[in-house]
Amino acid sequence: MHAFRNILRIEARLYLRDLPTLLTTVGLPTLILVVLGLVPALRKPDPTFDGQTFVSYFAPSLLVVTLAMVGVNMLPSVLATYRERGVLRRLATTPAHPAALLAAQLVLALAGILASALLLILVARLAFGVPFPRHPLGFTLAFILGTAALLALGLLVAAVARTAKAAQALAVPLFLVVMFFGGVYLPRFLLPDFVARIGDYTPPGVQALLDAWTGTPPQPLHLGIMAVIAVAAGAGAAKLFRWE
Amino acid sequence: MPVIEVTKLHKRYGDLVAVDDVSFAVEAGEIFGVLGPNGAGKTTTVECVAGLRVPDGGGVSVLGLDPRRDAAQLRQRVGVQLQESQLPDRLRVAEALELYASFYRNPADPATLIDKLGLGDKRNTAYKLLSGGQKQRLSIALALVGNPEIAILDELTTGLDPQARRDTWGLIEQVRDSGVTIVLVTHFMEEAERLCDRVAVIDRGRVVALDSPAGMVSTVAPQQRIRFRPSAPVDDRLLTDLPEVSAVQRTGSQVVVTGTGELLHAVTSVLARHQIVAADLRLEQSTLDDAFVELTGHRPAN
Ligand SMILES: Nc1ncnc2c1ncn2[C@@H]1O[C@H](COP(=O)(O)OP(=O)(O)OP(=O)(O)O)[C@@H](O)[C@H]1O
Ligand SMILES: [Mg+2]
Repeated sequence: MHAFRNILRIEARLYLRDLPTLLTTVGLPTLILVVLGLVPALRKPDPTFDGQTFVSYFAPSLLVVTLAMVGVNMLPSVLATYRERGVLRRLATTPAHPAALLAAQLVLALAGILASALLLILVARLAFGVPFPRHPLGFTLAFILGTAALLALGLLVAAVARTAKAAQALAVPLFLVVMFFGGVYLPRFLLPDFVARIGDYTPPGVQALLDAWTGTPPQPLHLGIMAVIAVAAGAGAAKLFRWE
Repeated sequence: MPVIEVTKLHKRYGDLVAVDDVSFAVEAGEIFGVLGPNGAGKTTTVECVAGLRVPDGGGVSVLGLDPRRDAAQLRQRVGVQLQESQLPDRLRVAEALELYASFYRNPADPATLIDKLGLGDKRNTAYKLLSGGQKQRLSIALALVGNPEIAILDELTTGLDPQARRDTWGLIEQVRDSGVTIVLVTHFMEEAERLCDRVAVIDRGRVVALDSPAGMVSTVAPQQRIRFRPSAPVDDRLLTDLPEVSAVQRTGSQVVVTGTGELLHAVTSVLARHQIVAADLRLEQSTLDDAFVELTGHRPAN
């Protein structure tokens, strides 16, 4: 526990030392929100979005940006790099277990995701009148399960990839898939219906987030699938993960 | 009572036998060298001792404990420097040592260790910006920061310049003098001769010799050579009659005598008896290099 705390403190410091990356990771969704929000037409209620503004409709997709960057990109690449360079192995020679370093990375990934989401929700509310999630419990649940599913996928990538290069090779397509089905590249109302439906079940499950944000409870099936992905990918990662 | 006992260690990776049959014992307080050509199985052997790899056969006992079963205890008491292991790019020297120190019950003082290893002006430098030798020194410091009873150092001075290498030897002697047992994997014969009380030479997964460096030289490569310029003509037979002498050659005015045992004493006595003065006398003894070549058929890497 003591070792974990010290490792967490040092790893947090290492992230703070790379400020540009940190700011991009936490702030990019909010930056996109602000740019879109400056277009007056996107702030007008529109029947296409059940009478909401485009900004409200698109906000959940912006949540996906940080989730994807942190979960399937940064987490596996940091872990694979640490393994490739023998950082985990060296830790294994000390009384601290390398699992403490993995746990610290997970905590920091979560902190980044949470900070980014809070910033987005706050700015959306204060600057563009997007209401706070109307179904807070459902939103929290959808967010937790979606995050868990993505982090578990990230861990699975880190477990399967033997080198940092291999991790990148797996992470990039996964990242693109998550972003695409999350409606980040093309807003989902522009996607063919069946593609949008696939997106409902692609982590982090943007439809459940949208539902809970705008007021209806998320559908149990949407949440259930995220839970299944999180458990399956997490179990696979735990089974396959190698410290060296 | 040995602190490390390796008996009939066997380790394979798939079909490849990395360690075939290795046995040795390390006594408390000694510096024990492990020598051998590339791929001989040195790293595999010491990593089995460190509990990082699981042997396929044979036994390893460290401080009377089992490196796998009693791993938690041994990690407090054994410091390891791995042959290939880096740190995060942005981690600074002092941070790394303070972090690692915090894992141990009775750590050394990181600041003192930093100074001892000549990293004083680099304490706030990021790992990425250190030179190869500085990284190596940090790695040694990390192996020692827990005040271990045993330090296992794989390729201690690879990558260091000659001065840094000598400084590191001095440090290792200090560490040994404080009572730490040291297992040292090295490719440098000079290092082994200077530091090690005993060395094991491993070749193709087997121990081919185990002795003190001097003992190994005298049994494996006992040949000595004496060169001198006699003040008066010397009859070859005078020298070849000596039991210690195996050959006598002449190059110009110089006489070269090859032999074994107390060669120098035998030759100088016989010359003195005949009132011949040996000018420019030089004794060339075999070194551990020669012994290594004899044992493994490889030139040591230098
Ligand atoms: N993890 C591994 N998987 C497969 N083969 C390995 C592994 N580690 C080592 N080997 C092989 O086992 C043999 C012994 O390797 P080892 O690293 O123990 O040699 P070494 O004596 O330390 O060599 P060097 O002087 O080059 O460091 C080599 O043929 C090496 O290729
Ligand atoms: Mg080696």
